Amino acid sequence: METVKIVEKVAFNLLKQAVIYLPKDVKQALQKAHAEETSKTGKTQLRAILDNVEFAEKYQAPICQDTGTIIFYIKAGAMVKDLDKIEGALTKATRRATEEVPIRPNAVNPFTQKNSGDNTGRMIPYINWEIVSGDEIQMTVLPKGGGSENVCVMGMLVPGEGTRGVKKFIVDAVLKAGSKPCPPNILGIGIGGGSDIAMKTAKKALLRPLNIPNPDTEIAKLEKEILEAVNMTGIGPMGLGGKTTVLGINIDYAHRHPASYPAAVAFNCWAARRATARISSDGTVEYLTHKVE
Amino acid sequence: MTIYRFKTPISEAEIRKLKVNDVLYVSGTMVTARDQAHKRALEYFRQGKPLPIKLEGLAVFHCGPIVKKKEGRWTIVAAGPTTSTRMDIFEDEFIKNFQVRVIIGKGGMGKRTTEATAKYGAVYGAFTGGAAILAAKAINNVKKVEWFDLGMPEAMWILEVEEFGPLVVAIDSHGNNLFMEVEKKVEQNKQKIYQKLGLSS
Repeated sequence: METVKIVEKVAFNLLKQAVIYLPKDVKQALQKAHAEETSKTGKTQLRAILDNVEFAEKYQAPICQDTGTIIFYIKAGAMVKDLDKIEGALTKATRRATEEVPIRPNAVNPFTQKNSGDNTGRMIPYINWEIVSGDEIQMTVLPKGGGSENVCVMGMLVPGEGTRGVKKFIVDAVLKAGSKPCPPNILGIGIGGGSDIAMKTAKKALLRPLNIPNPDTEIAKLEKEILEAVNMTGIGPMGLGGKTTVLGINIDYAHRHPASYPAAVAFNCWAARRATARISSDGTVEYLTHKVE
Repeated sequence: MTIYRFKTPISEAEIRKLKVNDVLYVSGTMVTARDQAHKRALEYFRQGKPLPIKLEGLAVFHCGPIVKKKEGRWTIVAAGPTTSTRMDIFEDEFIKNFQVRVIIGKGGMGKRTTEATAKYGAVYGAFTGGAAILAAKAINNVKKVEWFDLGMPEAMWILEVEEFGPLVVAIDSHGNNLFMEVEKKVEQNKQKIYQKLGLSS
């Protein structure tokens, strides 16, 4: 089979896997949260969440009706042929998944308010490209709902404040978001670069599994410190009160301009869906986050 | 925390029994309405045009479902709640004009809605956000779809539900708002958190 056909098929499978099955690390974090939650109302919410995850698997239906804006992350080997055709393949896969899985049509023209009906439109599905050496393609889909998207924030902090400013920025973002992003949440934090780079880095940080610590031990310590702090807010599951507000914090960074300290917080809801696969040059496909169907 | 099971049409007397933190299951007719359907319904009211369905005593669900047509019939695939605060600008008028008794959504609603539920006799029931299959399982039948020109998520889906829940009563008809109570406690915790992180000046 030619590469483009394989890409299309794999993209469809990834979309289907992502919206139906939660990654193992997220499921385990939710189970742990349920076991440890002390608020009675909070516990009812985590129970409903776990039941729902199980039903989604059983009925092979999307965990949440909001299957998000379709965003792909592609790591393409420089030697891969037909790279210019991948975008078309992903668009086709998105249309097919919308119809067959099905996933909700979520692409609306911001001026006419018209829903395209098939999850495609200007710049959508959106593709984040990264060119790497080699001849493989690694593909990730991140279907992220609107509720958690609506509370994402980017700020230009004061350089002199350093990480102190970052801590306050994250805590304030969680306090302000409250019940809206379907807590317990996962936070992707992007620091440095520029305004655009910070948010892109924040969102991409959501791809790191919860059970993999930050390779930089100092940053890992900071993640843990902020995680403990935000779980003292009492917002709790679905904002109904409790000790589980955030399941994990993933920080990543770029070097910054001396005069700027951009920081971004990307919220993900508890239904933190993502799926990844690798396509080798000989056409073999390895699904990295989910078992093959 | 008492568990209630109500069937539509729900009377004002019944709804007034509920207090925040109670759990409610609804059976009968439920209608989905998000931003656009709320907006259109209120426009219809202002123009004196009747709505496609009489909403008195019914439940309104802030939800944009995934729906599939199978052999000519609509089936609900996934139907969790959407963030309700977006409907805050419409809901007081909506409750007043259409006498709906149960508003269902996630994330809670504000002061205007809390005043309206107290004044006209309605409650806000929080359904677990994202629990789309739990919701879909309680929906027996799609009776009809109206205003489909608004798109699948924004259309008004008229649904027949059985034991739809659990809904945590988060705004009752006595002026209590559970989300606001939690927010107050969260505000009190803020200084403690700042202190822990060495942010207090």
